[in-house]
Amino acid sequence: MKIRYFAWVRERIGKPEEEIEPPAGIATVGDLVAWLARRGEEYAHAFENPKVIRAAIDRSHVRPDAAIAGAKEIAFFPPMTGG
Amino acid sequence: MTVRLQREDFDVAAEVAALTAGRDDVGAVVTFTGVCRGSENGEPIAALTLEHYPGMAEAEIARHVEEAQSRWPLLGMTVIHRYGRLAPGDNIVLVVTAASHRHDAFAAAEFLMDYLKTRAPFWKQVERADGTQWVDAKAGDDAAAERWTDDKQQAAE
Repeated sequence: MKIRYFAWVRERIGKPEEEIEPPAGIATVGDLVAWLARRGEEYAHAFENPKVIRAAIDRSHVRPDAAIAGAKEIAFFPPMTGG
Repeated sequence: MTVRLQREDFDVAAEVAALTAGRDDVGAVVTFTGVCRGSENGEPIAALTLEHYPGMAEAEIARHVEEAQSRWPLLGMTVIHRYGRLAPGDNIVLVVTAASHRHDAFAAAEFLMDYLKTRAPFWKQVERADGTQWVDAKAGDDAAAERWTDDKQQAAE
């Protein structure tokens, strides 16, 4: 699946997107955040406070307990500041 | 209903004219224009850069335009959000709502802005002489968006 990062999440990880195959057992968005956070220092920094991280699956907002099965694109970003 | 994301500026008068041209049922048009301030938290800024999530931003705004349409009897709506680097004084966002009566036009415009602030995937970064900084989300914006949910619950009760 494609993972996309925006704003300071993107800056901390150092890339706008990547293709990943999470291992079996990673069932929810929250699981995925915890798994990503263990991939290295830059990921740990980006996800150091999971409560502020927002997520979208296939371009719709989701909560941390959302299932990731079948997702094509998952995005992580900080709280939005548009308008 | 029009939703556009663009780098370039918009013309408020032209957008209003596009909603009202050739019809006589519109009795109220409300426009809201968000403008780039020259300071953030009391500190002067050189520019504001807006990052967005292409594809999702359009879809999320369109969802809220449809929601507004279902809640108020509107005759037209236009939402334009700019992205890229903007200077103080530049336009950022435009919401235009047209209805037969002003209450519906005012309410829908405020609803759309409250949701744009908290749900549309845009992020502001300010540029100062000494570097750049991401703008923090404001708790007041969440509260402003939340009250529309409360209204809905009260209406259902």
